Amino acid sequence: MRVELVKRPQQSALFSALSPFIALVLTLIFGAILFSLLGKNPFDALYFYFIDPLREMWSLEALTVKAAPLILIAVGLSICYLSNNWNIGAEGQFVIGGIFGSILPVMVPEFQGPLLLPLMLIMGMIGGALYAAIPALLKTRFNTNEILTSLMLVYIAQLFLDWLVRGWWRDPKGNNFPRSITFSDDAVLPKLLPNGDSANLGIVFALVAAVLAWILVTRTLKGFEIRVLGGSPRAGRFAGFSSSKMVFFAFMVSGALAGLAGISEVSGAIGYLQPTISPGYGFTAIIVAFLGRLNPLGIIASGLILGLTYLGGEAAQISLGLSDKVVRVFQGMLLFFVLGCDTLIHYRVRFVGFAAPKPVETPALKAAEGA
Amino acid sequence: MGIAESILLTIATAATPLLIAALGELVVERSGVLNLGVEGMMVMGAACGFVAAALTGSPWIGVFGGIVAGAVFSLLFAFLTLSIATNQVATGLSLTLLGLGLSGMIGENFVGSAGERLPSLYIPVLSDIPLIGKLIFGQDPIFYMSIALTVGVIWFLFRTRTGLTLRSIGDNHGSAHALGIPVIRYRYLAVIFGGACAGLAGAHLSLVYTPQWVENMTAGRGWIALALVVFASWRPLRVLAGAYLFGAVTIGQLHAQALGLGIPSQLLSALPYLATVIVLVLISRNRRLTMMNTPASLGRAFVPDR
Repeated sequence: MRVELVKRPQQSALFSALSPFIALVLTLIFGAILFSLLGKNPFDALYFYFIDPLREMWSLEALTVKAAPLILIAVGLSICYLSNNWNIGAEGQFVIGGIFGSILPVMVPEFQGPLLLPLMLIMGMIGGALYAAIPALLKTRFNTNEILTSLMLVYIAQLFLDWLVRGWWRDPKGNNFPRSITFSDDAVLPKLLPNGDSANLGIVFALVAAVLAWILVTRTLKGFEIRVLGGSPRAGRFAGFSSSKMVFFAFMVSGALAGLAGISEVSGAIGYLQPTISPGYGFTAIIVAFLGRLNPLGIIASGLILGLTYLGGEAAQISLGLSDKVVRVFQGMLLFFVLGCDTLIHYRVRFVGFAAPKPVETPALKAAEGA
Repeated sequence: MGIAESILLTIATAATPLLIAALGELVVERSGVLNLGVEGMMVMGAACGFVAAALTGSPWIGVFGGIVAGAVFSLLFAFLTLSIATNQVATGLSLTLLGLGLSGMIGENFVGSAGERLPSLYIPVLSDIPLIGKLIFGQDPIFYMSIALTVGVIWFLFRTRTGLTLRSIGDNHGSAHALGIPVIRYRYLAVIFGGACAGLAGAHLSLVYTPQWVENMTAGRGWIALALVVFASWRPLRVLAGAYLFGAVTIGQLHAQALGLGIPSQLLSALPYLATVIVLVLISRNRRLTMMNTPASLGRAFVPDR
């Protein structure tokens, strides 16, 4: 059997809407098969993954803590990918955002007051944006592949953080643990609910960023520029858009959002700097961006779904003894199905047998045979 | 064994996985396909190779397991990008993400267990020649495979008709299709070859370089291999040179860490990644030259219009 693609005259609106759902269903089916192979009851496993975390208030709050960085980063990535800039170094921009945002609470701990937190958040965004500007600069100035440079910068950022918390910024009273001093109350991101458990303002940042990005992409000239340059750089040039300015714009916006996610995580969820501040949010956000079909509003939904897999992974580990590694398999599988289903938007898929297709009888062919 | 000799030996050991993975990717890219999943296929090769060796007690079955794992895993990428024309960049990324997850699961019960090491070659008398004896006659078998692979890829790409056809597909898949060349079939085979190479490179890591399984043990080597292909402007001999350059940087920084020169170890560990960025900048600076060397159809989806 062979697969044959027939290009649709125009994108299928039906499959544009349906493809993420088809992908989700396929992931669930294959997930169930995976769980059975691991010797677990697939229904129990899926229950712990996707239903159990939604049953209690505290775990709903935990969900917002996981989803907020994913949404923030993915919204920025969607602007990059729509404009055909392949930033895959969000993990590094997240780390540098966390470091830049921590400069004030770690190095100037005597600085207190209501101004501290806004300054930290702004510095986090600046740090992320500047770090993302490096691959943008190398791409525009030296024609260097941004995929490879942005990824290499992830490793460098992680090692830099590791050095900071083991060396220069290590808490001198921290019993030699590799971590910075604990942030003062003024430097901690406020809770969402006054008597809440873990949810903090991060999810508000994420929702605001998603709505703003949606307006930017769909309702403004800049958004049009993003989509034109992403679809056809040549057409963009004829329209008078600068593609190198767009590279900087896309990278720095997504870097700033990743940086904001970084400092929000450090200040809201952790409270100090440590060698590892992200369970791979920057990479998972790539999946979030594609599952949301690069639409900022869709990303809110997909961010919540991927956030759920993190929580579900913990729940299934505790209840069923399922390895926490399964989460990443799940996430990787999801991205595969999303990409595969996107083909349905542009092509009709036909399955044809091995036999060569019969020539279509056309009047010209008949005439030729008759002659 | 002298210090110079041992340093040269370890450089070769560090360079071998980079060389093998990059050679595989070079063939893939010459056929016009950009597979960013090298890291994922490599880590799958490392995990499956280690597990196969641990279960059977034979490192050779481990090597075979690594190759098969990489090749089978690359089929996923091939099906999506070639048969149903998905975006190659995104699909390659997902292959890497899935590979990192899946390998963690496969190797989970083997973390910390002692591995089977692939024994090095030893030829009496010859291997005992001072300085060069061990370098030429006393290395691990995969090192010799990597050299044979380099020669083989050069011969295949530039001395055979099939190689010429493969390169023509990479430069213009439309024309190749019009000439009746089965573009998709060639690309499938190229991608599987690339996967097998990445798997072998991974098996080298977990059976020779550090005979154990650690999660994410490839540590970006798959990405460095991808950068090496660009650095080498898609030429196999330059891949060889590049791989040994990076092997030297890796080993150099390890020795510097051991000496404790007062340089932070993290800075030294970052050197291979920094070097990758710098080398990419230097090589891509000349826009015209890069355009000339890059396979013209690289990364573009191909859907035959019959």
